[in-house]
Amino acid sequence: MSLADNFIRGLWRENPVFKLLLGMCPTLAVTTSAENGIGMGLATTFVLVCSNITIALMRKLIPSGVRIPAFIVVIASFVTVVQLCMEAFVYDLYKALGIFIPLIVVNCLILGRAEAFASKNGVVSSIADGLGMGLGFTLGLFILGSVRELLGSGSLLGVSLFGSGYQPFLLMILPPGAFIALGLLLAGMNRFEQMRSRQ
Amino acid sequence: MRQVIFALLPACAVAVYMFGLPALVTLVLCTAGCIGFEAGCQKLMRRPVAIADGSAALTGILLAMNLPPSSPWWLSLLGAFVAIVIAKQIYGGLGYNPFNPALVARVVLLISFPVQMTTWTAPTPIGSGLDAVTTATPLGRAKEAVMLHGALPADLPSGFLGSFLGDIGGCLGEVSVFALLLGGLFLLWKRVISWHIPVSFVGTVIVLSGIFWLVDPQRYPDPLFHLVTGGLMLGAFFMATDMVTSPVTTKGMLVFGVGCGLLTVLIRLFGGYPEGVSFAILLMNAATPLIDRYLKPKKFGLVQEKGGAHA
Repeated sequence: MSLADNFIRGLWRENPVFKLLLGMCPTLAVTTSAENGIGMGLATTFVLVCSNITIALMRKLIPSGVRIPAFIVVIASFVTVVQLCMEAFVYDLYKALGIFIPLIVVNCLILGRAEAFASKNGVVSSIADGLGMGLGFTLGLFILGSVRELLGSGSLLGVSLFGSGYQPFLLMILPPGAFIALGLLLAGMNRFEQMRSRQ
Repeated sequence: MRQVIFALLPACAVAVYMFGLPALVTLVLCTAGCIGFEAGCQKLMRRPVAIADGSAALTGILLAMNLPPSSPWWLSLLGAFVAIVIAKQIYGGLGYNPFNPALVARVVLLISFPVQMTTWTAPTPIGSGLDAVTTATPLGRAKEAVMLHGALPADLPSGFLGSFLGDIGGCLGEVSVFALLLGGLFLLWKRVISWHIPVSFVGTVIVLSGIFWLVDPQRYPDPLFHLVTGGLMLGAFFMATDMVTSPVTTKGMLVFGVGCGLLTVLIRLFGGYPEGVSFAILLMNAATPLIDRYLKPKKFGLVQEKGGAHA
């Protein structure tokens, strides 16, 4: 499998949000706005790339019996780095994402890539895989966040679009709105792919 | 379905009489919207178009009953979309929806648009010369007063007969207990619904609110007040009895009704919202599969082995 292929796979064909349905907890919880989605996605991408590199480097040293605790220790270290950086430099976003930043540790996307890819492949392809998957995750969160922000607050990336006459559809930025919006998006995408494959 | 629609007509007529043209517009928009979305959805999903079965029209009327008369047009249409597309067709259509579609739509709208959903107009019967007067529902006033002063407002029980016949502010289907009872009794007589859910629902509300009232009449309104205000009658006779979303056994129906009554009183007295009938019914809808599972009727001739494994 080529390097480019490893990268591109995560963007769409195996998109973590829309195809693998991994990391649903942050996907549903923080996508109340497009900005939160991007912030969460990039933080996760950083952790994913770093943990993929570290685990790919150490893959011959980690005994397979204790590999999961070892992965978690690696991931948790990078999450701590991200958390402290965000607290220092993007405090507002840090406040908005709240508990879900430390919870990146248990994002099954990261552990999944460590187990399924980085522990079996070299450093360079692991970087490509981490970047692709991370950016795919960011893309998914951005799309879901945009839809919810657009309907729930009438704005996109904080810019009000519909004027003051628009009545925000509050449910969309509440927890049930996340499930409904994601479900409808998935249904729409499956339908789209079905139609495309039929032609 | 036809008979249920027929049974709702008196209540519709009272609502239109009390609130005039806006109520009629809301009714027509909701019903037409539901039928339209049902047909569109079934076409798109390549299912047979079955709007003739009347279920979409019924959902539309029930939805309108759950909206304030002054609802803007988009509120009615969005409600119809949520009820039919999200709460019904996505789950598989008639017979597969776990929740009552009209109530799902009401709760979605209530959470999303609290201002529009709680702007009530006082009844201004056709011919009274008034345009529209905004008012609060009796339940809303009771809740606000208890929250602010810790006691009920002094002028609250303003005539049992008035609210019984339909002279209070509220949703279309909250105004006239009399008209709703008429329809409910018709359904009982025609055996479209059985007595178990309405009686256990209303009975629980009477008993529980009665206990609270006896404990502290300054703080808790009397059971009669609970009976004639809010959506209790509409909920007990027309929405909790929906065959798709309520238990199948009579024992299960009793449990379902008691649960609805319990939750209604608790939400009305202690919850954040003044009215709890819709939340109560939806919560019990969610519990329906569980109730059906535990109250399965014994198979005829089956003898349960002592301590043995279940069949």
